[in-house]
Parts: sequence; structure tokens; C-alpha cells
Amino acid sequence: MKNETLLSHFGKGLIQNNPVFVQVLGMCPTLAVTTSAVNGLAMGAATTFVLFFSAAIASLVNVIVPSQVRIPVYAVIIATFVTIADLILKAFFPPLSAALGPYVPLIVVNCMILGRIEAFATRNPILPSLADALGMGAGFTGALMVLGAIRELLGAGEIFGAVIFGSAYPPMLIMILPPGAFLVLGILMALFNHLQEKDIPILRKAG
Amino acid sequence: MQIVAVFFVAVLVNNFVLYYFVGICPFIGVSKKVDAATSMGIAVTFVMTITAAVTWLINNLVLIPFGLPFLEYVSYIVVIASLVQFLEMFIKKTFPELYKTLGIFLPLITTNCAILFVALIQAMRAYGFITSIAFGFGAGVGFTLAIVIMAGIREQLEVADIPRPFRGAAITLIVAGVLALAFMGFTGLVSA
Repeated sequence: MKNETLLSHFGKGLIQNNPVFVQVLGMCPTLAVTTSAVNGLAMGAATTFVLFFSAAIASLVNVIVPSQVRIPVYAVIIATFVTIADLILKAFFPPLSAALGPYVPLIVVNCMILGRIEAFATRNPILPSLADALGMGAGFTGALMVLGAIRELLGAGEIFGAVIFGSAYPPMLIMILPPGAFLVLGILMALFNHLQEKDIPILRKAG
Repeated sequence: MQIVAVFFVAVLVNNFVLYYFVGICPFIGVSKKVDAATSMGIAVTFVMTITAAVTWLINNLVLIPFGLPFLEYVSYIVVIASLVQFLEMFIKKTFPELYKTLGIFLPLITTNCAILFVALIQAMRAYGFITSIAFGFGAGVGFTLAIVIMAGIREQLEVADIPRPFRGAAITLIVAGVLALAFMGFTGLVSA
């Protein structure tokens, strides 16, 4: 029974309450770094790392934090883990760190993270909080990867750097420029809405 | 001259919302009515300009001389959070009407990535003090411009017959895409 509940917390974030497509949270990294699938994956992984550890700490300290100052406290916790993630990226994956640029520090203000901590981690014990964080992180990473893959495919004819369309395909440069990000995400979101209306069980909106 | 260039680049060419994708949450959340969008824009511009100045001082007078650049993110976020808290108290007391309009979005300025982005970029590009302020102010004006245009379009969209799956955030994003295309026309207007 207990495992089932943990699994359902995980599943909600992954699909039914997907942070990007359903809750429209964390838009700025979603749009900015998804010029390729690998960038999307890296940003998703970094965000999941930060969300996981911040949710863990937040769910442990929430009993001793006065509610008036909780937002600054959470912000400092998040900023600490973002600094760690940033230093890890810089040390072990310098090209990725360069590609993500200033958007790694911006994880600090990713509203998905603060949102999950406010809405879930501080109201629940640590285990469900971690399951929720992992689910939301996975849903976020998945959305970023899909968006990155589509933009990379249309804009450069490649996915994860592997040539798909060959040289006969004239790349739609606009897809990897800023307007492409808005257009692809808008259309994907409409597609997601459409599928949810079809009442496919796994996609059904969480009651 | 550089100051003027930095300002116009921040407003038009590298518009924060449509080029850097920062500040998208309020851009989508508060762009239903032109009045609210304008107030949000003014609040963001105010916080951004002050943030640019304060974070410049912290970076150049504390973090760099004492060799503490790893504290950059933590100290910026604390400064921004306290600034917003202060602004919220100030507006609540002085302009209760405005406070009602902005509602829950004022505290959200803390998690508005555009504010932190101003602080990070001015540190990264090593702007001078005055240039930093011009940059923060320009970024705020650019944000206001984008959100007010967006609100104007969305007031029209209210009465348009949009296919069901596209209603809400989806159509807003697509409109933003078209706006971003239009703003690409400013490329090359000024070189930073």
C-alpha cells in the first residue's frame, strides 16, 4: 500500500500534473536551453538534482522555520544546491556548462522548485516528498528532452547530435532561434490538452 | 554612448522575455489585462533597477575583493528577496489599490528569473556601475513593453474563436512566438 502511494506521487508529476505541459511552471529554462535534446536532458537532470535535495532538506526543517521567513529560507537552501550543481557541471562537463550558461544559476528561481516545496514538501513527510520531487523532476526532464529533440530535429536535422535528415534537408533555422521555442512549446501544449480530453487513463487529469 | 547602446539593446534587441526567455511566468500569468500588465511592468522595472545597483555594489565591493564568488547566487537571492519584501510592504501601505491589482504576483517577483538574470549578466559582463543601472532599467522597460503588447493582444483573443486545445497557455505561447519573430527584426539596430 505504502509503495503504491509513493508510486502514485511519482506518476502524478511525470504525466498527469506534468510541470511543463499542465502546470506551466519553470518556463524560462524550458524555452531557453532546449535548442538540442542533450541540453534539455542536462538542464532537466540539474533541476531534478536541486529539487530532490532541496525538497529533502525543506521537509526536514519546516517544523523549525517560522512561516513568515520560510520563502527566504527555502530560497537559500535552493541557491546552495544550485551552486553545488553549477560547480559539478563546471568541473566534470565543461562544454555542457558553457552551453547552459547563465541558465544554470537561474534554477534558483525556477518556480517549479519553490512551488513543489511550498505545495508539497513542507506539508508531507520526507519519503512522499522525495517521490514527488523525483516525479516532478522526471516530468520536467522528459518535457525538456522532447522539446529539445523536436527543435534540434527541425532546426538542425539531428537528434542528440546524430544526423537524421541528411544533407538534402534545409534546416529550419527559426526552430533553434527564440521564436521556435515559443511556437513548438505552444503546439506541444495544445497536443497535450487534446490528448487529455480524449480520456486516455494514464493522461487523465489528477482529481 | 555605451550606456545608451546597453539600454536599447536590453529594451529591443535582446528583449528579456522574447530573447532570453526570462520572466515568462508573469508574462503569461499577468498579461490578461493591460492595466495589471502595466503595473506589473512598473513594479518589475523598479525592482530590476535597484537590484542592478545593489548587486553591483555587493559583487564589486564584497564578493570580488574578499574572493567569495561562490557565494554569488546565495547573496543575490537574499538581496532580491528582501528587496521585494520591502517593496511589497511599501506598496501595501502607500498604494492599496495597486496592491489589490498585483495580488499574489508581487511575492512572485522574488522567483522572477528576470531579476536574478539582471544581477548575473551585469556581473558576467563586468559592466560599470552606471552601465549596470542602465542595463537593469532597460531590461525592465523591455519587459514592460513586451507584457503590455501581450496584454493588448490577449484582450482581443478573449473574443476570438480559438480551437479548444489551444485555449489558455498554448495560444499565449504561440502569440509570444510571433512577437519574438517581430522583435527579431530589431537585430542589428544597435550593436552592444
